[in-house]
Amino acid sequence: MSTEPLVEARGLRKYFPIRSGLFGRAKAWVRAVEDVSLAIQPGETLGLVGESGCGKSTLGRLLLRLIEPSEGDVLFEGRSLLGLAPRELRALRRHMQIVFQDPYGSLNPRMRVKTIVGEGLVVHGIGTRRDRLDRVRELLGLVGLTPEAEERYPHEFSGGQRQRIGIARALAVGARFIVADEPVSALDVSIQAQILNLLQDLRQRLGLTMLFVSHDLRIIEHVSDHVAVMYLGRIVESGTREQIYTGARHPYTRALLAAVPIPDPRNRAERTERRAMLTGDLPSPIDPPSGCAFHPRCPYAEDACRRVVPPLTAGRGGHAVACHVFPAEE
Amino acid sequence: MALLEVRELETVFALNGRHVHAVDHVSFAIEAGRVLGLVGESGCGKSMTALSLMRLVPSPGRVAGGRVLLDGRDLLALPEREMRSVRGAGLAMIFQEPMTALNPVFTVGSQIAEALRLHRRMGRSEAWERATALLDEVGIPEAARRAHDYPHQLSGGMRQRVMIAIAISCEPRVLIADEPTTALDVTIQAEILELLRALRERHGMALLLITHDLGVVAEQADEVAIMYAGRIVEQAPVTALFDRPLHPYTQALLRSMPGVTGRRARLEAVPGTVPDLLHLPSGCAFRDRCPLAVEECAARVPPLEEKAAQHRAACIRV
Repeated sequence: MSTEPLVEARGLRKYFPIRSGLFGRAKAWVRAVEDVSLAIQPGETLGLVGESGCGKSTLGRLLLRLIEPSEGDVLFEGRSLLGLAPRELRALRRHMQIVFQDPYGSLNPRMRVKTIVGEGLVVHGIGTRRDRLDRVRELLGLVGLTPEAEERYPHEFSGGQRQRIGIARALAVGARFIVADEPVSALDVSIQAQILNLLQDLRQRLGLTMLFVSHDLRIIEHVSDHVAVMYLGRIVESGTREQIYTGARHPYTRALLAAVPIPDPRNRAERTERRAMLTGDLPSPIDPPSGCAFHPRCPYAEDACRRVVPPLTAGRGGHAVACHVFPAEE
Repeated sequence: MALLEVRELETVFALNGRHVHAVDHVSFAIEAGRVLGLVGESGCGKSMTALSLMRLVPSPGRVAGGRVLLDGRDLLALPEREMRSVRGAGLAMIFQEPMTALNPVFTVGSQIAEALRLHRRMGRSEAWERATALLDEVGIPEAARRAHDYPHQLSGGMRQRVMIAIAISCEPRVLIADEPTTALDVTIQAEILELLRALRERHGMALLLITHDLGVVAEQADEVAIMYAGRIVEQAPVTALFDRPLHPYTQALLRSMPGVTGRRARLEAVPGTVPDLLHLPSGCAFRDRCPLAVEECAARVPPLEEKAAQHRAACIRV
């Protein structure tokens, strides 16, 4: 753990303005990401899990500086992304890429596959025309598509195949860090496994470092070395996969894990009984609750939870929890 | 006799001058108070089966054969006028995306009251009172106040509760829930599934639960039917299906899910793509993705046969 992280976030915040009228001033702010710090070691996959609107996709985009943070910094190999000149940032982008959720909306329907996959090579001025075509073919092979795919258009492919094209594009310029934003959520169950296996293989072969963003706890468990759980813009618990899946401390993490339907019909009555049912909806990130944002839904909330935001504090083995009632174990 | 019995249901679509079977000789039965989980991937015909039961198949599709017996009465033979009263009091349906099923310009209370006035001939104030009672029953806090809200003012989970309130307003015998929690977060999903369970027990409704999520089925269903390319390929009581899945497709689905059989380095992926009804292989539709396929599988469509007690599968290799 003494190695330098490949990617690091320090005190990241992102507030989006809500404006009224065309040129209106900001009426209110959506606090999508609120004081997030994290580090991803080289070759590791960090699973970022949370429910809709918790800020996990925004955080993924902040790490690539696809959107500008309101506060805080992102470091790639120790270099601040915010301090870079546009040219330097563009050069660095070769190493950091994103795979999107929607394999339909994220590929230009008017471009042939070879143009889509090779676009990054052109932008970064890599190789000759001939080299680029060779590289595209190599990439298509790498993601399990046949060479004939290069002349075809996105609509000629199924969802799973399109996701392979999106992955080939992300890898084209030699990315070392990939943000995979719900990469299998739009796919059928039987196809999801193909793409998850492909990402695992590529990760091993190419030594990729990944931020894997998903709402699906089963998938996060499968792909992650470390896991961070987000709720309303903040990381409320983080640790190794084992720490989170067998020793979760935060009541929100435990409720999330308990809510996952288990494909095993035995003992389901017991399971339902044990399931500490959460009540109420996710609060709005425009007007988050005071103190711990989870307190209105938390069965263990105490007075302090309503007043003071619990800091994310690391305990034994790096397992970090942001909770007044169930702090990390020393 | 079962409350709802579907026999050899066939729904076809005319596409490019060809007839495509979206629902292909589907048969099942549900007893009062029981849950049948109908499972499959996109395009397998599970939603079209539900719409066929309701007689709401969109053009150019039509129900081409079979029987849908509710308490012994064949719904497919009813005149449309009578079918209209069956929808609501006989069969009611909730959908994946409640926003598209609710009218954005009316308050949720008035939409429930409207259903009650139409179907149950209630007066205006009686219907409003009943509407708020229903909102309360489906777990909407401060129901009397929220009844004045428009759909966009409610969260996704609350909108699904409103849809459920509308669906149960006429006290249906059978509730059809088509991916009722797919658009919802996992903690909200657990709440909605719990609500459906409570309502079913209280009202003795049968539930046809349509889903792609085997986890949801394992938690909720008594019986399970697995669909592939318009046909039921396996059908069994829930424990038998998860303990001893027989059809290679069911086995593949279970093995391809992360976190089912403990953590593994690799998932067992099902090769190929989800079938396109226009280009199905001859014989068994799964054979081009099946690890057990032999030449004989191409010869004819395997019949759904009893392979063990109450456990049926459509495969010549098991």
